[in-house]
Amino acid sequence: MTGRASTAPGRRVKRALGQAWERLSQGESGSLPVVLGLVLLWAVFQGLNGNFFSPRNLSNLSVDIVGTGLIAVGIVFVLLIGEIDLSVGSVSALAAAVFAVLNVNEGLPEWLALVIAVLAGALIGALHGFFFARFGVPAFVVTLAGLLAWNGLTLYLLGQSGTINLDDQGLVAKLTSYYFHDIAAAYGLAALGAAVFFLAACRDRRRRKAAAMPYRPLREIAVRTGLIAAVAFAAAYVLNQFQGLPLALLIFVVLVAALDVLLRRTPYGRRVYALGGGVEAARRAGVRVAWVRVSVLTVSGTMAALGGLFLASRITSVGQPSTSGILVLNAIAAAVIGGTSLFGGHGRTWCAVLGMLVIQSISSGMALLSIQSALQFMITGGVLLAAVVLDSVSRRSQKSRGRA
Amino acid sequence: MSDPPLLALRGVSKRFGAVHALDDVELEIHTGEVVALLGDNGAGKSTLVKVIAGVDPADRGVMEWDGRAVQVKRPHDAQALGIATVYQDLALCENLDVVGNVFLGREVRRVGILDEVEMERRTLGLLAALSIRVPDVRLPVATLSGGQRQTVAISRSLLGEPRLLLLDEPTASLGVEQTAQVLDLVERLRDRGLGVLLISHNMGDVKAVADHAAVLRLGRNNGFFDVTTTSQEQIISSITGATSHARRPPRTGEAGP
Ligand SMILES: Nc1ncnc2c1ncn2[C@@H]1O[C@H](COP(=O)(O)OP(=O)(O)O)[C@@H](O)[C@H]1O
Ligand SMILES: [Mg+2]
Repeated sequence: MTGRASTAPGRRVKRALGQAWERLSQGESGSLPVVLGLVLLWAVFQGLNGNFFSPRNLSNLSVDIVGTGLIAVGIVFVLLIGEIDLSVGSVSALAAAVFAVLNVNEGLPEWLALVIAVLAGALIGALHGFFFARFGVPAFVVTLAGLLAWNGLTLYLLGQSGTINLDDQGLVAKLTSYYFHDIAAAYGLAALGAAVFFLAACRDRRRRKAAAMPYRPLREIAVRTGLIAAVAFAAAYVLNQFQGLPLALLIFVVLVAALDVLLRRTPYGRRVYALGGGVEAARRAGVRVAWVRVSVLTVSGTMAALGGLFLASRITSVGQPSTSGILVLNAIAAAVIGGTSLFGGHGRTWCAVLGMLVIQSISSGMALLSIQSALQFMITGGVLLAAVVLDSVSRRSQKSRGRA
Repeated sequence: MSDPPLLALRGVSKRFGAVHALDDVELEIHTGEVVALLGDNGAGKSTLVKVIAGVDPADRGVMEWDGRAVQVKRPHDAQALGIATVYQDLALCENLDVVGNVFLGREVRRVGILDEVEMERRTLGLLAALSIRVPDVRLPVATLSGGQRQTVAISRSLLGEPRLLLLDEPTASLGVEQTAQVLDLVERLRDRGLGVLLISHNMGDVKAVADHAAVLRLGRNNGFFDVTTTSQEQIISSITGATSHARRPPRTGEAGP
């Protein structure tokens, strides 16, 4: 709701710039730093190795971000209420194991095994939420217990076989191997995204105008839409240079957009944010705190299970959950690097996408340059630290301004 | 009096561990009346407000609304009766903007989606009606000053036509002009027929707007006065405990010791 209308263009620009600066210094920097960081990162990698921007590399990157990215979206929900979920790595491994055992070992149809695996994740999340909300055990302790317990259950399920290979032509394998080769798919998605944004902004503008309230000038809406369309069509162009729109990316983008609407445009989402901004204030306003907490951890468990299936799909096998430790850290790092506050109440689902792009770009760029993973971890750690410092500083500056 | 009081508390008690925060407290508030609730720090004033608002229900005692016994176990119960509250602390969500805070828990929606335009319009209307100035209703309240937050909390409480307003030290963080505005507002609300329970440390404020003053001391009733006929010294001495009053002052024998 920046940029109020109906002044001379010059003054308007000045005012918009002023407001942008105001927001920045008030700790509402949002995603601007990570977007700038990402551009910088890409410029450096492209400078060092011309293959970074190759359609193949970018297309693979866009599929590689999906598994962990879905998990990170769940983490965004949990961070928004000022909590943390440490179990997501284990839950995602367990969901993949549940799917593999039911489908491969027990012969259940794929769709049914998939639904059960996702429901298992939801149920586990709800269970965590119940212990957190009902007994007041901090969420990080409950989910730490979950991390261990679900890891154990996964080991038990995979017991005899150790590793289970999935059908590489199956439904789950297709999640990350299917591409819409028709170039209309990628361009269509880009056009749809821009059109929806434009129409929603126009509708908002019309209603505000009708109610005699400040509204965004048409030119500003056009510029914003243009920006979104430019990014979306550039991405679509690159994807079409390789195999077309990946199914995984389509699912990811649609889910992230839908959950963004849920968080920012519905009363439920408003209450999620409210919990992060003051649990007691929310409770006094009549928000059913326990219920919101349970629901948020349920979302986190569900997204972890979904992410686990995408990760299994990428390697078409389900093995011992040895990597779930780094997985949960990557998911949390993605959410935070993308601009979600660790202190609760600030962030969007798109943060998970941006953060995953940063993490995956580092990993992919380093691989192209044949740099060891030791350095890769250290750099990702440095980026995370920078994001957290930025978060703390902006929260603090906001506080000191407010109390002044 | 034939009309039953808007709100009556009978024998309300609440403990926090070993602390008797409220001990057998009686209170009546009628429509169109401002009752000041006075008492030293720790006397139990905020605890009483939270009991009435359903935030921290009492352990024992009866609450009557329009003469009928009611159960207020959750904030929602109190809101449904028409009780609105401005708390002393922790009243707002720092990260939400002014509009979000005003409508928290009572969001306006169209087909399940938040109607931001309508909520912003009504917030602006509410603030204008109270002649409250806030730089931008789309700024998070964390960026507002103490006084501005207080005015947001007050306008929030007036949403949805309450019948009883509980104000816990609403002027504590306000400047002279804003304090006068809030007191003005209290008078206007009284004239509109609302009941108001006003907690304040400022005897000037109390003298200016309150009809009656109820004093709490160490969690117990310590006097119920008609503000117009009682001297300030008398009220202060019952706050500090220099004089001890009947524990259950009958409403008819108001005039003090
Ligand atoms: N949540 C709580 N837990 C424990 N003790 C409390 C709590 N809230 C209030 N008290 C105690 O109850 C008494 C009354 O407090 P309060 O109602 O805040 O007083 P006042 O608002 O009159 O200054 C004090 O002794 C206070 O320490
Ligand atoms: Mg108090």
